[in-house]
Amino acid sequence: MTEAAQEATICVTVNGEPRPVRGGSSVAAMLEAIGLDPRKVAVERNLEVVPRSTLGEVGVNDGDRFEIVHFVGGG
Amino acid sequence: MATASRSCISLEVVEVNAPQSVAADTWTVAGRTFCSRLIVGTGKYKSFEENAAAVEASGAEIVTVAVRRVNIADPTQPMLTDFIDPKTITYLPNTAGCFTADEAVRTLRLAREAGGWKLVKLEVLGEAKTLYPDMRETLKATETLVSEGFEPMVYCVDDPIAARQLEEAGAVAIMPLGAPIGSGLGIQNRVTIRLIVEGANVPVLVDAGVGTASDAAVAMELGCDGVLMNTAIAEAKDPVMMARAMKSAVEAGRLAYLAGRMGKRRYADPSSPLAGLI
Repeated sequence: MTEAAQEATICVTVNGEPRPVRGGSSVAAMLEAIGLDPRKVAVERNLEVVPRSTLGEVGVNDGDRFEIVHFVGGG
Repeated sequence: MATASRSCISLEVVEVNAPQSVAADTWTVAGRTFCSRLIVGTGKYKSFEENAAAVEASGAEIVTVAVRRVNIADPTQPMLTDFIDPKTITYLPNTAGCFTADEAVRTLRLAREAGGWKLVKLEVLGEAKTLYPDMRETLKATETLVSEGFEPMVYCVDDPIAARQLEEAGAVAIMPLGAPIGSGLGIQNRVTIRLIVEGANVPVLVDAGVGTASDAAVAMELGCDGVLMNTAIAEAKDPVMMARAMKSAVEAGRLAYLAGRMGKRRYADPSSPLAGLI
């Protein structure tokens, strides 16, 4: 990895695990990088729900804590 | 709704010299009308395929689902929504596993974003051993959810006063346990369930405790609007067949309730006439 690329990488926490993300990414871009369909998940950023309609606009900042959830079988 | 006709019981009144009248037996929660009075969970199944087949056999129009973290390591693994279509079956997001009002509210805010649904199931548990609800936290969460525009169906203890307080706080349905979650012990508390039914102005559904078909029939015979179950179907040796049994039991119990059971006597009363005995 080049020095410039390292500078461009920030670190966030996704579902309790540290994860590098390209600096300047939107939440939608981060979901895409993980391989998730934004229509099938809900995202919480620093304890606030990020509305699906704004996933493309909300930026990812260093140190952000994300929870990405979906529906699973349950009672 | 698209599926509304598929499991309605027709209440046919057949009278001599009178036209046949047919009315569908439906129930309504928060403005949504359903025919099936059976709500099934989607946990503990061996496979998504088995789960979907059981839901189909049960005739349920509502399924409960949990909200959990996506597996980031394998985002391509199949999802529940690929097998049970939320467009035809109403998903009722549940807060199972939450032990505080804050956790439950946080979970349902995410559920609302994931599915866009205001109709949710609230359960705030008090301890792992009995999974009894913590009513102080449950009431607190109900108030918060209602203030945020949710329509919570609320799992609760079999206490008519607690049920009334939940209704006053804005619960759209009262869901007392018949026995501890996953116990399969059957309806342990018929008197208190009946007291709740008589006192409530919103639907009452037994949630938890059903073990087999007769338990579901008992809940319906007590006048409940519906029954919610998961383990009784999922842990049966043949879950799809048990789902069919539960569908029949709920319908049988409902019809028996509407028909009005005979009075009980302490001694025998012959069915054949005493007159004309040889």
